[in-house]
Amino acid sequence: MEKKKIALAGNPNVGKSTVFNALTGMHQHTGNWPGKTVGSAYGKFTHKNSEITLYDLPGTYSLIAHSEEEEIARNFICFSDSDLTVVVVDAVCLERNLNLVLQIIEITDHVVVCVNLLDEAKKKKIKIDLKKLEKELGVKVIGTCARNQVGLEELKDSMVKCIQNRFSKILKYDPILEEGIEEIEFFLKSRFQTKMHPRWLALRLIQSDENLLQEINVYLKEDLKEDKLFQEKLEQVRKKIEENGIPLNKIENKVVISIVNKAEEIFKKTVTFEKEDYNRKDRKIDRVLTSKKIGIPLMILLLMVTFWLTIVGSNYPSNILFDLLFKIEEPFKNILNFLKLPSFIISLLVDGVYRVLAWVVAVMLPPMAIFFPIFTILEDSGYLPRIAFNLDHAFKKCSACGKQALTMCMGFGCNAVGVTGTRIIDSPREKLIAILTNSFVPCNGRFPTIISIITMFFVGFSNTIQSSILNVVLLTLIILLGIIMTFFVSKVLSKTILKGVPSSFVLELPPYRRPQFGKVIVRSIFDRTLFVLGRAIAVAAPAGLIIWMFANIEISGISILKHCANFLDPFGRILGLDGVILMSFLLGFPANEIVVPIMIMGYMSLSNITDFSNLLELKNLLVENGWTYITAICFMIFSLFHFPCSTTCLTIKKETGSVKWTILSFLLPTIIGLILCFLIASGLKLFF
Amino acid sequence: MNETKTLDQVKISEKVKIETINTEDTIKRRLLDMGMIEGTTIECVLQSPLKDPIAYFVRGTLIALRKDDSKNIIVKNI
Repeated sequence: MEKKKIALAGNPNVGKSTVFNALTGMHQHTGNWPGKTVGSAYGKFTHKNSEITLYDLPGTYSLIAHSEEEEIARNFICFSDSDLTVVVVDAVCLERNLNLVLQIIEITDHVVVCVNLLDEAKKKKIKIDLKKLEKELGVKVIGTCARNQVGLEELKDSMVKCIQNRFSKILKYDPILEEGIEEIEFFLKSRFQTKMHPRWLALRLIQSDENLLQEINVYLKEDLKEDKLFQEKLEQVRKKIEENGIPLNKIENKVVISIVNKAEEIFKKTVTFEKEDYNRKDRKIDRVLTSKKIGIPLMILLLMVTFWLTIVGSNYPSNILFDLLFKIEEPFKNILNFLKLPSFIISLLVDGVYRVLAWVVAVMLPPMAIFFPIFTILEDSGYLPRIAFNLDHAFKKCSACGKQALTMCMGFGCNAVGVTGTRIIDSPREKLIAILTNSFVPCNGRFPTIISIITMFFVGFSNTIQSSILNVVLLTLIILLGIIMTFFVSKVLSKTILKGVPSSFVLELPPYRRPQFGKVIVRSIFDRTLFVLGRAIAVAAPAGLIIWMFANIEISGISILKHCANFLDPFGRILGLDGVILMSFLLGFPANEIVVPIMIMGYMSLSNITDFSNLLELKNLLVENGWTYITAICFMIFSLFHFPCSTTCLTIKKETGSVKWTILSFLLPTIIGLILCFLIASGLKLFF
Repeated sequence: MNETKTLDQVKISEKVKIETINTEDTIKRRLLDMGMIEGTTIECVLQSPLKDPIAYFVRGTLIALRKDDSKNIIVKNI
């Protein structure tokens, strides 16, 4: 079987991930978050006796490499020895997309263009002459509608065939530039055999793209800077170009202008609009969603509806899961007894590991399974960039970037993903602000906890519409507090350690698309829900084990847990919390999902209640252990403002490459949480 | 009708042509990526609820720019 390595490139928002998923099925190797391809996900499939490994490159507008993502994509196409690059383009805005296509054709001579979203174009009466496009570009062009599986077979065929591009030179530059390129190209050809076009390489060398030069040296296993003959030649060529009136720093500009003009030329030859105002519908929707009067209230309403659906929808399944999992506990114990295991091991497995797992599944799974699909639908529809558009001015006032709003949205799903998502922010300063404040948005491991506290202490257990609405209003207030804190802290950071003025802001508002409800549900459950839940379960089991040992191993007659709780207790009391709660947050560092089950186990080992099977009984357990309204409020505040989980911290370390920023992102929310809890607890105690 | 002005002064649903882009390099590159070069036709279509940024229709896509940036783009009426 023949093996092939193929790269999948494309602009953001062109359905590249849909193409990737449709081609590889579910066989991808990293959790794939649509809209934000993290790193290079890859997947495998076989077609006509070829085994194809497909690499999903980050979505970029160009390859001139100014951002990290562009560099990743460019380096992969240049240096990875891939057999072919498939460029996915959006049929609805082909012209802009052609820029990237032309850039890639310039680099490598095996390219296939996949014109995706043909159905959307058809709806808008945009006609694309694919045959002509193929002729103009000199590469295979395939029309697809990946979400309906249209055109995929043909795309796979072309991937197996790997036809070479017809033109070795698609763009013509200024004659002066061309002359220089030719000279360097000739030199390179006589020395090296590369996958990249020597023509493209020559141009980059003339521009002296430092960043690329290093990569090239590694790739060629030779330091071109050391090569005297070559350097002389290069200097000579550069001088000539400058003497003829093109300053070296204007070359890039000239190159891009040639690309844009060529794209326009091809576009005009191949695309016809049968309806002049083809995007009238989009504009109408936009005028409502970004309207001066209702744009922002609508956003908050949408947030509330999302959470209301999550709360109402997860209430019933959560109860069923509770019942089910606690009913299984007894038989599970019996089986272990039957196996004649020592009683302490049985207790460890049942009271420790099993109960923590049962809690995580019962409380976390239903909200995730509802929230993630809703979120994915919003994401696929194209609404999220409008949030950034609506809020940008507020972020600008805090010297931050509107795209931070997008990373905050991702934070609702998972803060680690939100942190990775900050790559879309160009300015390093603004990116750091977004990273440091991301945990102010409660992730999926936290908001279900907050919801259950609201249910137990503030709304009650009646399953009425009114109570669910009250619940969502309270939850929204807490989330808004987090958002206000985000703005406040962003502003403070911009005035202190991350001083600076807001940088530029260029944001694409992609066309609206009807999300594919069925597929969204399947995909978001498999890719996101199970991924996040799996991660939580992976830490819940060992955490249950540790906490059980804490509760059962005694030192001088008192359990370790009690020692710790006693030690932390005075400190916790000042904050309106107690020792057990603080300890749970500390032990819950690996995943926020396990904070409450740890706390429950802690309380159970300290009090007479040893069993509970629903939230009402849980409330009794908490009240028995001294919980009041103040404790509940402070618990929710601390849940919102405390150190990010270990996964998020590791991601921050990876993204910032700095221990200093990681420590700061750990301390910042924690200190805010401590101060707020202290103030609230002391304030409320005066009244109650 | 051939007067020039800056892009931030362009009103909703007004169509203009880009004359020159006087921004600093980093944003200029981004604008180039979006196909905004001298001579490109651009239509102002949408204002954010907080008045800034403003979204423009360029080469089939909708691009939002802050006024701080768009005031450095000189355009002329068509």
